[in-house]
Amino acid sequence: MRGLLGIGVFGVAVASLPLFVTSGYALNAVIMTLYAALLGQAWNILGGFGGQFSFGHAVFFGSGAYAMAVLQVKLGWNAWAALPAALAAGCAVGALVGALSFRYGLRGSYFALVTLAFAEVFRILANTFDFTGAGVGMMVPLKETVGDLQPGSRAGYLWLILALVLAGFLVSWWLKHSRYGAWLQAVRDNEASAAALGVNAFRVKLGAIMISGSLMASGGAFYVQYLHYIDPHIAYGPAVSVEALLGPIVGGIGTVWGPLLGAGVLHLLGETTRGLMGDAPGINLVVYGIVLILMVTFLPSGIIGVFRRGARRA
Amino acid sequence: MLEARNLSIAFGGLKAVEDVSLAVPRGAIVALIGPNGAGKTTLFNLVSGFLAPDTGTVALEGRDITGMPPHEICRLGMTRTFQIVQPFAAQTVRENVAVGAHLHHRGRAAALAAAEEVARRVGLGAELDKLALNLTIAGRKRLELARALATGPKLLLLDEVLAGLNPQEIAGMIPVVQGIRESGVTVLMIEHVMQAVMNLADEVYVLNNGRLIARGAPRAITNDPQVIEAYLGHGTAERLRKAAGPSEAARA
Repeated sequence: MRGLLGIGVFGVAVASLPLFVTSGYALNAVIMTLYAALLGQAWNILGGFGGQFSFGHAVFFGSGAYAMAVLQVKLGWNAWAALPAALAAGCAVGALVGALSFRYGLRGSYFALVTLAFAEVFRILANTFDFTGAGVGMMVPLKETVGDLQPGSRAGYLWLILALVLAGFLVSWWLKHSRYGAWLQAVRDNEASAAALGVNAFRVKLGAIMISGSLMASGGAFYVQYLHYIDPHIAYGPAVSVEALLGPIVGGIGTVWGPLLGAGVLHLLGETTRGLMGDAPGINLVVYGIVLILMVTFLPSGIIGVFRRGARRA
Repeated sequence: MLEARNLSIAFGGLKAVEDVSLAVPRGAIVALIGPNGAGKTTLFNLVSGFLAPDTGTVALEGRDITGMPPHEICRLGMTRTFQIVQPFAAQTVRENVAVGAHLHHRGRAAALAAAEEVARRVGLGAELDKLALNLTIAGRKRLELARALATGPKLLLLDEVLAGLNPQEIAGMIPVVQGIRESGVTVLMIEHVMQAVMNLADEVYVLNNGRLIARGAPRAITNDPQVIEAYLGHGTAERLRKAAGPSEAARA
């Protein structure tokens, strides 16, 4: 229960930020950090708690984003109705990818490659068909009313992304304190043992990729509402997939707070490099790559792992 | 309780298990012995659903379970341990055992409480909050046992739970296995430690080169010439008898 209290305190603290902070730059920084944390939380469900390393989480992100955009623009849905549909789209794509790859026992780098391949296939499809706007992409008209899920102020968007991140927190916390979560982590640590103890590994992994896909799709939906534009490269390109896995790996894989911590550290790091080296395009990606290599080599359990080890020694 | 009939499986040209039948009566401890590479673990894999046999059937309490996946067999009341221990390394002993306990306890608190009870029963009470990777080999063997027990099995398959333990640790484990039988669980065990087989088993099956070569009470088995030859090489039984001959004559 202490974990829930921590999440609650975090929620109240961040929700009240707009009362003290008025700078648009600062609020945008918080929004983008929370957004990165959300993608990380989604990846962490499957990759961290389930041990299935996806390198193509963009497939869920993009499906959520396109569902959100297409339903509003082409079919005239209200955004509030499109949001659950976007989640369902991510969930369905998760079921598809999971059923195909887990049925045939793909793991490790094979699973990573297959997810990457799925994201690329979806990118090409989105690039081809007219109802996704093909290569031109799609604009979601600016309406700036809460009724259209476009709060119109930075504070409103902050609360929106915070709500999604809190949902991600609750799912992560639930995985730490439930039978399903215990089964998922057992499958991650040793599938044969888990099977001998009565765990249906296939079904457990399938559940994880569906939950993970839904949460990732909510990130795509938020992106569309906040930035009003989506194209195949943004939606299904590898950048989103990398962003999703980077935070948890840096912060602490398979932990409740790791994705947020990692997102925060990476955001600061990105801003610092930009400050030091100017706006050279892609320079922050170079730094991210270096950080990733260093983390995987020297701190495989992430920043949280360092604190834990310190606590155990004390 | 468990009845395997005419099980066979081949890996390429290697007949790992050939036409093996065995029966485990309710409440018994049955041991499966044999030299390295005899096919004991493969037979376990066939019985517990990790491998599907080429031919033959497996029945648990009269119900055909041939080719059923392991997690469903576990739900029916039969589970196994692994010879090479397979802990959930990054989790604590309590969390490890709780995975088994979750089979019958939906709630987390109930599963953790049940896990604690089972862990104490196999002598892991002092190490509940240790990470599994920090346990000794003896501790990990106990952990395998505890996890399997936590699923509340009717029949437990133990794959060399004594291997790699020192004599003191073995002496400590034997009463644990006895306790399991006394609590009403039937046991089929693969074991190399003959002291344990003698102490525990009601009946022994001997496997060699994938085939059953003997079956009987532990005492009878150790005097079976075929068994001695399987372990010590062709002609050994004859030589042993000759070697024993003069001294017996002297005693007479």
